[in-house]
Amino acid sequence: MVDFTWLIGGPQGSGVETASTIFSGVCAKAGYQIFGKREFHSNIKGEHSYFEVRVSDRMVRSNSSTVDLMVSYDAETIFRHYSTVAPGGSIIYDLDMRDTETVDVATMDPYFKERLHAEIRRLGVPPTVRGVLDAAARSGVRTYPVSFKDLLADLAEQHGNPRLKLMKRMYNVLGVSLSAGLAGLPRDLLLRLIQDVFHKKAMVKKLNADAAAHAYDAGADLGDIAHVLAGAEKRPGTALVQGHQGTAIGKMVAGCRFQSYYPITPASDESVYLESNEILDVKHARPGSISVVQTEDEISAIGMMIGAALTGVRSSTSTSGPGFSLMAEALGWAGINEVPVVITLYQRSGPSTGLPTRHGQDDLLFAVFGGHGEFPRIVYASGDIEESFYDTCLCFNYSDVYQLPVIHMMDKFLSSTTTTCPVFDPSRVTIDRGRLLDSIDGEYRRFQLGGDGISPRSYLGLKNGIFWNTGDESDETGHITEDPVVRRQMMDKRLSRMDIVLERVPEEEQAVCHRAGEYTIVSWGSTKGPILDALEMLESEGVSVGFIQVKMLHPFPAKLVERLLGGARVIIDVESNQTGQMGNLFSQNIFRRIDHYILKYTGRGMTCDELYDAMSDIIRGGAPYRTVLMHGS
Amino acid sequence: MALRVADYKTDVHNDWCPGCGDFGIVNAIQMALAEMGVERDRTAIFSGVGCSGKTSHFINTYGIHTLHGRVMTFAQGAKVANPDLTVVAIGGDGDGLGIGAGHFVAAGRRDIDMTYIIFDNGVYGLTKGQASPTLKLGEQPKSLPKPNLNYSVNPIGLAITSGYTFVARGYSYDIRHLKDMIMQAVRHKGTSFLDVLQPCPTYNDINTRDWYAGLDMKDVAERHSRIYKLEDTGYDPAVHYADRGDLDEKISQALIRSLDWGDKIPIGVFYKNEHITSFETRMQEHIPNYTENPPAHQRISEEERPITDVSGLLGSLLV
Ligand SMILES: Cc1ncc(C[n+]2csc(CCOP(=O)(O)OP(=O)(O)O)c2C)c(N)n1
Ligand code: SF4
Ligand SMILES: [Mg+2]
Repeated sequence: MVDFTWLIGGPQGSGVETASTIFSGVCAKAGYQIFGKREFHSNIKGEHSYFEVRVSDRMVRSNSSTVDLMVSYDAETIFRHYSTVAPGGSIIYDLDMRDTETVDVATMDPYFKERLHAEIRRLGVPPTVRGVLDAAARSGVRTYPVSFKDLLADLAEQHGNPRLKLMKRMYNVLGVSLSAGLAGLPRDLLLRLIQDVFHKKAMVKKLNADAAAHAYDAGADLGDIAHVLAGAEKRPGTALVQGHQGTAIGKMVAGCRFQSYYPITPASDESVYLESNEILDVKHARPGSISVVQTEDEISAIGMMIGAALTGVRSSTSTSGPGFSLMAEALGWAGINEVPVVITLYQRSGPSTGLPTRHGQDDLLFAVFGGHGEFPRIVYASGDIEESFYDTCLCFNYSDVYQLPVIHMMDKFLSSTTTTCPVFDPSRVTIDRGRLLDSIDGEYRRFQLGGDGISPRSYLGLKNGIFWNTGDESDETGHITEDPVVRRQMMDKRLSRMDIVLERVPEEEQAVCHRAGEYTIVSWGSTKGPILDALEMLESEGVSVGFIQVKMLHPFPAKLVERLLGGARVIIDVESNQTGQMGNLFSQNIFRRIDHYILKYTGRGMTCDELYDAMSDIIRGGAPYRTVLMHGS
Repeated sequence: MALRVADYKTDVHNDWCPGCGDFGIVNAIQMALAEMGVERDRTAIFSGVGCSGKTSHFINTYGIHTLHGRVMTFAQGAKVANPDLTVVAIGGDGDGLGIGAGHFVAAGRRDIDMTYIIFDNGVYGLTKGQASPTLKLGEQPKSLPKPNLNYSVNPIGLAITSGYTFVARGYSYDIRHLKDMIMQAVRHKGTSFLDVLQPCPTYNDINTRDWYAGLDMKDVAERHSRIYKLEDTGYDPAVHYADRGDLDEKISQALIRSLDWGDKIPIGVFYKNEHITSFETRMQEHIPNYTENPPAHQRISEEERPITDVSGLLGSLLV
């Protein structure tokens, strides 16, 4: 079985991401399943960023805590990550920086330096790249010095162009190609991918392809880690997808034709992707399109989305915590006026600006309770990118059928993931527009009382369908009233929908019981991947642990979750936040205590290993009530 | 059958204070809609929150009473999604130039084909008379504990410099003129802005109907209405040539006139520029069939199945 983790690091702006795209692409084309994730600072140029890709011949859904091959053309990557390379693993590094001292690396902040120096003193090595690499070598890591400068010099000679010697910009391609060579990935796949990535300019394409070929050969000459990545059997229908593509393509398929947004990490990639693909092919018809509007702020983004939705168009916006905070008032407007909209909430770590480019699941309770007054809404969470495609389509159906705002919870973990998964299948999607009318005869009242409280819906521009909306309480026509009896009728009409949602949404869409067990994890959202991987690790030791993934967070499917829990004796809540927010909802709704919390709020995603360790501790007995995970730089 | 003004009225009880300038504005809007014969179910009035915000409930078209300061956001979203709609946004001066000032500016940059009418009464009517952004420095309408500490915003100047392509002012007690301004504004292609001077008899005891009429002027022989019409002075608001020379001249004269206040307050069209490419055209440069097949016209499913074909995108993701 192959389970191999590659890490590349470098200053932001140096092409770490391009290198990872290439590596992930080559591995996927070689038939592997991959899971890769990017970590970066809130900075454009200079600060440290890195990308870890886990490669396997089986499904992988998370990163592990150890690295098998690390490549680096800067000192910081070595200082930050040398200790995560497993004994038997390898480090390819740039010879030129061998003597760089820790104090020379200005971008390493004092807190990290302090911990690093303590470690270096313990190891008894000099505070240089060479020092820590020696220590790594002593613990069984193979270190491969390469002169990146010489590789460029060779290229300059080959091209008869001395200026190429200075093309440090190509270090990323050299790094990924050296790695591919050493790991024995197929050379032709590498070269093909390089050509794809740099297809825009012939000159650049040729240069990078030549550099890659040369570095690949140099990498292969370094040694040979037993051709660990020589290839695997390809699974048909496998796609290599990036975090935002699930929701973006989901929106296209679901028929979302209007998206407003204000730029924010990690949400805006989705909107930019939609705008880049704004013209849509439509079966048996002229092309369609999605209007993507970049607004002046998130208040405008939600306002425009609601305005568009009132014309009968499936509409959405995509944002992160700070933007969602600004949307709170208008969310209630959509609630009281029963407007179907979908807000895709790519969480990051708060509060306030918090860790703006780091992961967190700390907006759950805000999504559930945010906004003043009481109004119906659905909060729905996806566990991985593949799910996010289908869930996006479900969210639009929920919003139309139940006529309410839907908040679709995503996060930074998902958005900065690149992974293989079965390609999205639009034929599995249905579109249900609920009681949206296409013609009206006779008298019409938008908020007609009676029945199940969900009234037939007109839209702006529909003949005979005139209605009024207001943020004030209103009567059936939508005109303002403060009458106590009507007020009660309208409040009950709207809020009774919460029970209806739980009754009518199929159970398997509300919560998924992956396994049942005496020890059972309850969790939501992107922790799914690390949890499933950790549970497989436990299973291989004969330990079976249950896992219930709650997808419908509001209204909370209490009865269902209770039933799925079955005879679980010990309940463990796993979340990426400090307070265990879903555990909170769980206890409020189910009247059962969470026995253990496993939480992480460092801004870094969970790895399967640390989760495995924490779970093992719990099962062994004596684990604390609350375990905080810390892996990641 | 031709529609009458009455067809554009709802029977919702109007609870504005007696004598409020808002009555004149809503009448003028209804008259303008009737005279233009706009189809009621293809017209949407959006309003903000304030006394002025209630207007949408009195007009018998689609009526969307939004949030304080946010009316333009809702209205623009609807118009982008369905360019066939006639969209008119209305709101207070606090609504549009205070809490909503950012949206006011951004809307000018987009210049979507719609109309924005601000009910300019110098106060926050519905919250009992605090200073609005158009209240002049040092003035103290009766609800203010002390004179206004701030300079006032210049709505006409702000609209012109933000990019609105039709900028005009009306007066709520000159309904015929106001109706004419509204019709011109609605017919204009691009975002038209109309600043309507609106006495609030309850809270603004300075800029009253009598004050606008000049009845307070000391010299009885020289008394005159403070309000005059730009068109009566031979003023030409229109940019005729798409060159800098004409543009500079028309913008400058409009900005200069926008500073007038006190004994001579201009109403009428300050600025009109029909040489700006419309938002719809700009959209169409990227989405060629945007105007004939905008979001609101697009079919998205057949028998509950999606018909959007993403096979190209999905194919490119396959490994
Ligand atoms: C976010 C928010 N803040 C405050 C208010 C309270 N409020 C209601 S109307 C209003 C001011 C209205 O003044 P203006 O916009 O000039 O309209 P007018 O009543 O004068 O027509 C305010 C501050 C509100 N509704 N929403
Ligand atoms: S407070 Fe002023 S603006 Fe409001 S209704 Fe009364 S008179 Fe009109
Ligand atoms: Mg006002």
